[in-house]
Order: sequence, then structure tokens, then C-alpha cells
Amino acid sequence: MNVKTKDLWVFVETSQDGGAKNVGIELLTPGKMLAGKQGEQLAAVVIGNHVEKAVQEANAHGADKIYVVEGEEYAHYTTDAYTIAMVALVEKYGPTSLLIGATGNGRDLGPRVSSRLHTGLTADCTALDIDGESGNVAWTRPAFGGNLMATILCPDNRPQIGTVRPGVFKKSPETQPGAEIIREEIHVSQDQIRTQVLEVIREMAGNQVDLEGAQIIVSGGRGVGGPEGFAPIRALAEALGGTVGASRAAVDAGWIPHAHQVGQTGKTVAPKVYIACGISGAIQHIAGMSGSDVIVAINKDPNAPIFDVADYGVVGNLFEVIPVLVEEIKKAR
Amino acid sequence: MNILVCVKQVPDTTEIKIDPVTNTLIRKGVPSIVNPFDGYAVEAAARIKDRHPDTKIVVLSMGPDQAKAALRDCLAIAADKAYLVSDRAFGGSDTLATSYIISETIKKVEALEGKFDLIFCGKQAIDGDTAQVGPEIAEHLDLPQVTYGLEAQVNGSQVQVKKEVEDGFEILAAQMPCLVTFTKPAWEPRYSTIKRRLAANHADIPTLTAADLPSIDLTRAGLKGSPTKVKGTFVPQKKTGGQMIQGDTSADSAKKLFAALNGAGVI
Repeated sequence: MNVKTKDLWVFVETSQDGGAKNVGIELLTPGKMLAGKQGEQLAAVVIGNHVEKAVQEANAHGADKIYVVEGEEYAHYTTDAYTIAMVALVEKYGPTSLLIGATGNGRDLGPRVSSRLHTGLTADCTALDIDGESGNVAWTRPAFGGNLMATILCPDNRPQIGTVRPGVFKKSPETQPGAEIIREEIHVSQDQIRTQVLEVIREMAGNQVDLEGAQIIVSGGRGVGGPEGFAPIRALAEALGGTVGASRAAVDAGWIPHAHQVGQTGKTVAPKVYIACGISGAIQHIAGMSGSDVIVAINKDPNAPIFDVADYGVVGNLFEVIPVLVEEIKKAR
Repeated sequence: MNILVCVKQVPDTTEIKIDPVTNTLIRKGVPSIVNPFDGYAVEAAARIKDRHPDTKIVVLSMGPDQAKAALRDCLAIAADKAYLVSDRAFGGSDTLATSYIISETIKKVEALEGKFDLIFCGKQAIDGDTAQVGPEIAEHLDLPQVTYGLEAQVNGSQVQVKKEVEDGFEILAAQMPCLVTFTKPAWEPRYSTIKRRLAANHADIPTLTAADLPSIDLTRAGLKGSPTKVKGTFVPQKKTGGQMIQGDTSADSAKKLFAALNGAGVI
């Protein structure tokens, strides 16, 4: 596909209430940086039904243009409807690049769009830049379970597409909105949508585990010893107003549901504070939490690899350390 | 019912270590395994066969000849037939080229085994972690897709998939043929029986090459057919400047930790 406008696009995914998912607004930050380096404009793409809230959010965080596609067929995400809409937009306006948040839907949509357009896609990026020699986007992503980082270019095909992990970039401060808003009528008929949502099962509010949005996460691993060993972990999370996470070892042992799992086969998180308790720090776990602002590790084994990434480390028995820590926190309140 | 499961042989990334001197991956001695998510896809197919015993499960892998070991593991668990697709011309393929080659191979395997009602894949491979090849195969074959599946059931001409989403689950239905990718369910793949394992060890696994795929466009395969290029790789930097806190007792350590965190404004 040929470039028609020197624009870099960010797909701003919407949630059920018509607002933007965090990652879409986060991606406007590196989007602005990349576009600025290339003398391009930054455009947000919003697809959904009743999405004014998301449009306003994109407008307040640096978008120069916002493409809006609305219709009832977009009320709930479907691979077919969103792919048709995105491909139609790309073919009409021909941007240089497209950034998509690596959410469940983003990772469902990205490969479908890129293969329909016969272009390259780099998944799950954690760093973005412009390659000095070629002027292409340099997409950096972890591979081999986080053991290796690879920088990928897409030199000959346009648009260059990448999915980017949530929580890697920070939202920019709000600025005066001034985006040009372009509304496109793209409609998809029911028979073009080949999957049907029969049932939506939301976890009960009390059981919901919002690790990706959490500011503080307290995680337990093999060292907690059993399901009852999560009691001090929960107490510490509660004292800090945080969310309970877990390593794969604890989840595989059946001590806590998979929804709590942090790491390569679980969630990727980037809270302000991550407290790892009884977690040795397998590379797969570290890949899922190393973006945290501050990492605290409590572990009996002084050689545990978790201490290599920790800002604060305590070598000790978590069942003795945590209750005292909880008391200290309560005293200070 | 005719089900194809696409599987990849991967290095067990939990066993990978970094050479402290050269700061590169040590791949030597790392065991090769069936990508775990592909194992869940095989098990999902086996569970359909439990209910519909006239189901045939075919497994397909792209890779070097050694990848037949992974296919034998799948035969030992549940698969009835296995194919390998392998050619030097396919080396260096990125996900778009790989998915194109696999989709062309599927057309060939369908000519031999009959049309597939379902194509199952793992949601991603644990070495590349891209989660792209499944949806891209669906696109090349113009099939509907459901990603992040946990369980699949066949209901008449439809497949119903329980899908994992951020805040719970969804039940999706699609007309077959359909492609489904699987994430980790609450169970592990079943064990093989000794009888199945012995049979798998001796099974004939045909290798298909580019010459067996008459409609393939080789300009879309291999390094040349790949829109993405690896510019470079590096080992992520370790964090430095971490502070170890050591008190005389655990309680003392806890108090010192609190003081450090509170002092730094962390909590």
C-alpha cells in the first residue's frame, strides 16, 4: 500500500462505556514523539458506538487528527467488523505507521489487519524509536520469554504496524484540545460478521482482578507454600490498597486462580509498587513485571534472581516479615 | 469431524540461561518441547473427539526434520495423523511469510485428508510470543477466528468457544470452518498411553516441501518474502543500585524496609 498522508496513527480502543482504554491514550505519547521526529502528524483512530468520551480523551492528549467510525455493529468488538473498518480507513488515507495497544482485542485485530494489507506487524513492543539510518520505526520487543530483546524494522511495506504493551508508556498531561475530527461512514453488514457473542460473563466486582490498572501489586509465589499462605499477601495488599498477584508456580499449584498470574503466560503489569513475596524471579515472571516503577522483593534465598531486578530486597521468611510490615503501615496511617 | 492442529517445536524457555561472559543466550542443551499453548489446542481437539468419536485429528508443523519429535508427542497424546512442512526456501520467514506457507500447506493437506471443519492453534509460541500466526492463517484462508479460547464445543454446524477476556469470559459462536487459538485452560493435556506412544514412535510422518505445494508463490516465503526484518538483538540490562535490607531479626528487617519505603515516598 502507498503512503497517502504523512500521518502516524494510534488505534484508541474503547471500553463498554465509550471511553478510551488506557493503553490507547498512553500510545499517543510515543506516537507524538515518533511523528515529531519524522515531521508527521499524529492521528487517533476511534471505532465503536457512542464514543464521544474516547474522542475527547484523545483530543486532550495530543492528537492532531481523530478519525471516528461509529455504528451499532461496532458496539461490541468483533474481529470482522473492526478489521473491515480499519482496513478501509488505512486504504483511504494511507498512513505511514499504526500503533495498536497489545490488549486481547488489539492482538486479535493487529495480525488480521496487517495480513489483509500484506504488511509487517511487530507484536508486544516495549520500546519505540525511529531508526536513524532508514527513518523506519524501530520496534523493540522481548522474545524467548524476556531473555532477549529484538529490534525489528519494516522497511519496504506500509503502513508499519506494531502492537505495544499496556503500561509501558505514560499518558501525557492534558493539553488544549485542537484536533481535526474526521467522521467516516463505514458500515458492515451482519452477514460479514462471522462470529456471534452468545454470552458475556463478567467476573463479580469482588472477584475482578484488575492487575493491569493497579497502582500497587503484592504477589505471592512458591514460597507462600499453599492457598492459606496467601493470607499475609492479602493482608499486605489490603493495608496498601493494592491488588493480589501471583507467580505461575503458585497458579499451577492451584493455590490461586489464573486471573492473578503475572508474567509471560499471565498479565504484564507496570504498577508504581510491585512487592514480590516468595517469588524466585523466573525470567517469565520478570518479563511481566519489570516495568514497575519500584520493585520490592522478600525471599528466603539470597541468591534468588528476583533480587537482580529489585530496588529493595529483604532476605527473610515472608511469614515473619510481612505481618510486622503490615503493623508498621497501619501504625503510620 | 475433521480437525487440524498447528503446532510448533520450541526451546523450553524456562531452561534458557544467559552466558555471563558473552551476555548471549545459551541454547545448547536446552530441551525442545511442543509449544505449551499448542498442547492445549491438541487437548481441546481431543475433548471434541471424546464427544464425537468419528473425529479425525491431524497435526501440522513447519520446521526442520527434528520437529517430527514434537509431532510424535502430539500423535502420542491424541492426533491420528501428522505432517511436517519443511524447505530451505522457507528459512528466515517472519509471521506473515510463515502463515502464508502454512495456509498453502493446509490446502495441500486438505486435498489428502479432506476439508477441515476446525483449525486449532496455540495463542502464541513461547519463543517468539507474537500471537500472530494463528490469526494470519485465518486471514489467508478467509476463515472466521476466535482467539484466547479456553474450551471449544461443536454444536451442529457451529463451534462454540469460551474465550478469556480482560474482565471475565465470553461465549462466542461461529459457523465452521473456523480457526480457534487457545490459551491456558484449567487443565493440562492428557498423558499418552504406552500403546499410543509406541505407535507414535513408529508412525509415518510425511514431509511436504515447496515442490509439493503447486500454488505457492515463493516470493512470499522465506527471508525475502518477509516484510519485517530483525535489525539487532540484545540481552536486557539488569537493574543496578538495588538496596538490600538486612536486620538482626525478621521483624527488624520489616521495620527497616518500611522506613526505607516510607522515607523514599514509595508507601
